[in-house]
Amino acid sequence: MSRGCGENDWLGAERGVSDAPCLRIASVSQSFGKVEALKDVSLEVPEGRFVALLGVNGAGKTTLFSLITRLYDNVSGTVEVCGHDVRREAGPALAQLGVVFQSRSLDMNLTIRQNFRYHAALHGIGAREARRRGDEVLERVSLLDRAEAKVATLSGGQVRRAEIARALLHDPKLLLLDEPTVGLDVQSRLDVVAAVRALVAERQVGVLWATHLFDEVDDSDQVVVLHKGSVLASGKASEIAGDDGLSAAFLSMTGASKAEIAV
Amino acid sequence: MSLERLNWRGRLTCFLGIVWREAVRFAKQRERFLAALVRPLVWLFIFAAGFRSILGISIVEPYQTYVLYEVYVTPGLCAMIQLFNGMQSSLSMVYDRETGAMRTLLVSPYPRWFLLSSKLMAGVAVSVLQVYAFLAIAYFWEIQPPLIGYILVLPALILSGMMLGAMGLFLSSAIKQLENFAGVMNFVIFPMFFASSALYPLWRMRESSTLLYDICRFNPFTYSVELIRYALYAQVNWTALAVVVGVTILFLGAAIYAYDPSKGLIGRKR
Repeated sequence: MSRGCGENDWLGAERGVSDAPCLRIASVSQSFGKVEALKDVSLEVPEGRFVALLGVNGAGKTTLFSLITRLYDNVSGTVEVCGHDVRREAGPALAQLGVVFQSRSLDMNLTIRQNFRYHAALHGIGAREARRRGDEVLERVSLLDRAEAKVATLSGGQVRRAEIARALLHDPKLLLLDEPTVGLDVQSRLDVVAAVRALVAERQVGVLWATHLFDEVDDSDQVVVLHKGSVLASGKASEIAGDDGLSAAFLSMTGASKAEIAV
Repeated sequence: MSLERLNWRGRLTCFLGIVWREAVRFAKQRERFLAALVRPLVWLFIFAAGFRSILGISIVEPYQTYVLYEVYVTPGLCAMIQLFNGMQSSLSMVYDRETGAMRTLLVSPYPRWFLLSSKLMAGVAVSVLQVYAFLAIAYFWEIQPPLIGYILVLPALILSGMMLGAMGLFLSSAIKQLENFAGVMNFVIFPMFFASSALYPLWRMRESSTLLYDICRFNPFTYSVELIRYALYAQVNWTALAVVVGVTILFLGAAIYAYDPSKGLIGRKR
């Protein structure tokens, strides 16, 4: 396995494009009118690593995700997925990208399998192949028995796990999750986190996990602290946490109140 | 994922997937299908029956004899089905945008113009089916255009569906939030429908008001109606064809521009 973004073709042979990280963001700024949503943000997600993007609401996490997913273009700086600039090579960049949005994006009236078939088609994968891959990932998130269930009948945690499975259908090298555990009960949250960590380890996918919940971060994770559009710190979680723990370190860094981070 | 899938075969899979999803959703919403069918039938069975005694239609092209009002109004009702369909699908795009389903579509690695056009075509396919269902019922109400007309009307329906869908698509990029359908109905559908040649020939309109006549002439929906009317009687109205194609290109271009990540409007407004 190469360290960078190896791109597998149909036969599974490696063409190892480069040693580029799964995600590279360099000096990106973004404003909406007078509001500066992002100020000179840089970060990297290496292959197979779990990177937590910590920030309170309004820190700029969703704006950053919108730029990576090319909802709108970055005006300054660079966003690269596996070495492909999202503006100049949008197709190859988006092809390597799996996303779980903050809002629910499965079609409630369709079954999981139908949703998967649609999503796979959007990535050029035919129906039969979609079913095979779908069943494989559903098995991993313990939802295979619900494959024919309408999404509307699933619980919040199940929907999230199905969305994560769907995001992996086309074998992306980078997985983005925008506050995936919001609104879930404790047990479902833990299930979702565990599912993603298992999949990262298994598939060597790089993960950028946006959250404001510190207990979702492990000591060995990379952490990027985003506050009011700027990166305040980045490094290994245990190093940033120091002796007082991650949440105390975050509070002193950002001056945010306990209520804002809702621990 | 493999980059090979970005080729044309992958695109075809993508296009078929988008149409397939629309078809499945459509099949699940039987009420929507019925509503779309009942609306023009009410116009045909009740409104047209009442009007027929008041409004005699003299010989206008493409008809070769005097026609009953029901016969005259049928192509307009076909276009009305497509008008409603185009606007409804545009509203569902706004809804999709709010729920995040739109973003699922837009993170597909294929070009955005391709995704939006595919979505548009999927909507057109549904509207064409609805029109044929309506024409089938109308046949038993003695609206019986020549058999060849049923075939020739297909390209006309596709084109006019594209035009109305493209207008809806553009509208969906301009609508900030999901408001109820009534707003679109009052400000888009009704004015377009009434100020057109769907319900009365334009020369009649000129008799009552030249201003209204001019408004009707500048209403793209008029050309949608005329294109369908002529095609149904195995003729081509070249003016209508040109206008419909032109307006389609204009609005589709505008919609693609609006959804373009570097220029567009989507997401910028938060």
